[in-house]
Amino acid sequence: MADRAEYARKGIARGRSLVVLQYADGIVFVGENPSRALHKFSEIYDRIGFAAAGKYNEYENLRIGGVRYADLRGYTYDRDDVTARGLANVYAQTLGTIFSSAAEKPYEVELVVAEVGSEAEGDQIYRLPHDGSIVDEHGSVAVGGNAEQISTFLDQEHRDGMTLAEALKLAVQALSRDTNGSEREIPAERLEVAVLDRTRPQQRKFKRIIGRQLSRLLAADDAASAKTDVPSDEEEDE
Amino acid sequence: MEANTRSTGRLPAAFLTPGSSSFMDFLTDHSPAMLPGNRPLPVVQGAIQAPHGTTIVAASFPGGVVLAGDRRATMGNMIAQRDIEKVFPADEYSAVGIAGTAGLAVEMVKLFQLELEHFEKVEGTTLSLEGKANRLSTMIRGNLGMAMQGLAVVPLFAGYDVDRGRGRIFSYDVTGGRSEELGYAATGSGSIFAKGSMKKLFRSDLTEQETTTLVVQALYDAADDDSATGGPDVARRIYPIVTVITDEGFRRLSDAESSELARSIIERRLEQPDGPRAPLL
Repeated sequence: MADRAEYARKGIARGRSLVVLQYADGIVFVGENPSRALHKFSEIYDRIGFAAAGKYNEYENLRIGGVRYADLRGYTYDRDDVTARGLANVYAQTLGTIFSSAAEKPYEVELVVAEVGSEAEGDQIYRLPHDGSIVDEHGSVAVGGNAEQISTFLDQEHRDGMTLAEALKLAVQALSRDTNGSEREIPAERLEVAVLDRTRPQQRKFKRIIGRQLSRLLAADDAASAKTDVPSDEEEDE
Repeated sequence: MEANTRSTGRLPAAFLTPGSSSFMDFLTDHSPAMLPGNRPLPVVQGAIQAPHGTTIVAASFPGGVVLAGDRRATMGNMIAQRDIEKVFPADEYSAVGIAGTAGLAVEMVKLFQLELEHFEKVEGTTLSLEGKANRLSTMIRGNLGMAMQGLAVVPLFAGYDVDRGRGRIFSYDVTGGRSEELGYAATGSGSIFAKGSMKKLFRSDLTEQETTTLVVQALYDAADDDSATGGPDVARRIYPIVTVITDEGFRRLSDAESSELARSIIERRLEQPDGPRAPLL
């Protein structure tokens, strides 16, 4: 068992870390990702987002399984009956069964399932390590290679009610820290950013932040951040 | 592993099998009984009584397309519902209006919306407008057995083609046959009158505002001559549902907007009951 855990942990550590933070209007996902096609963050359902670190083909499979689970559930019952808690549970059972089954190799993935509530108190973030456990997280969470160090940093720096620009900058700062404590620059085009924005009028709250909107948020100084915080609809298709 | 799926609560194998991005294909594999077309049909004598939706109209204008429907559902000679909604957004850039058996049509729309959303989430990109229109064809064809028992569903599909930069309209027949309509189209019991009305009023250079007026005029004319189509109900404040799709996406006119539109038409019809006159030559 220890060998299997070691195997999975090593696989996950090879991948780059990503962070998920709560901010005033929702939840923001930030990660370093040189690829524009292979996403680390995705929409699962109206209020539910998915983030994954580790082996792409394995988490992609789990992501599609999650979309199928959520869509089938919403079609059978109602859109309101699809919850992050239910999805996290199914993921945990799936990862746990695979981890303890001698016939299958353990998945080298660590997942985050997040749901944005209508108020900040209703936000939920679940972290799902490779062995099928569930960790209920508050405020901020990091997964992937350098996760432990980044989490410690975020725990110190993150506070409730940050604006999107503040949370984004904190996330980038956290991701830029190397294992040896020095900082390196991550250019905007290597960042993958998405939000679950509770103020979005659409039923589906997930939205990617790309291009000009991303650079504007990264450039915004704290005084102006309140203004740029609410992305207007015209910016959506950039 | 498959056998103990339920007891462990893990995702069943079908959920993790790579393959189609279609939700309907997934249902076919995983729980075929949930697909509308897969239900066994009982043998019945005569027609089945169920609420029917009536008239849907659509017209394009430079930069977009308008899709609208009246609010009546009938069952035989009865009015089954006065305020039924028959025009739905299919996704951000398209909408579907339904005529025919209301219960089956609403289920079809729900599955169609989900099919488009599912594809978008799995693939990370949307289907082309043609692709969406073809998907709807398949679904109508799946209902052919029901249609032959008198429970047909005949929708009208309209959307903004982002690649071509214009609004497009697709009409269907009961067998799933699909044809693109240039300018304007209508379906349902009042469609003959609505088409006649639009034939005389439609021009290809109308503005968005004028096009919404055009479709409400057409629905008024349909209600005027077809007993199954409902006109604007001023007493109960029930007005047609009018939706506009442009490069900014789907928008449904608010109750205030559609009531103002319908009232301005009623106002003019008090003077001229047959509506605006087209020149003879």
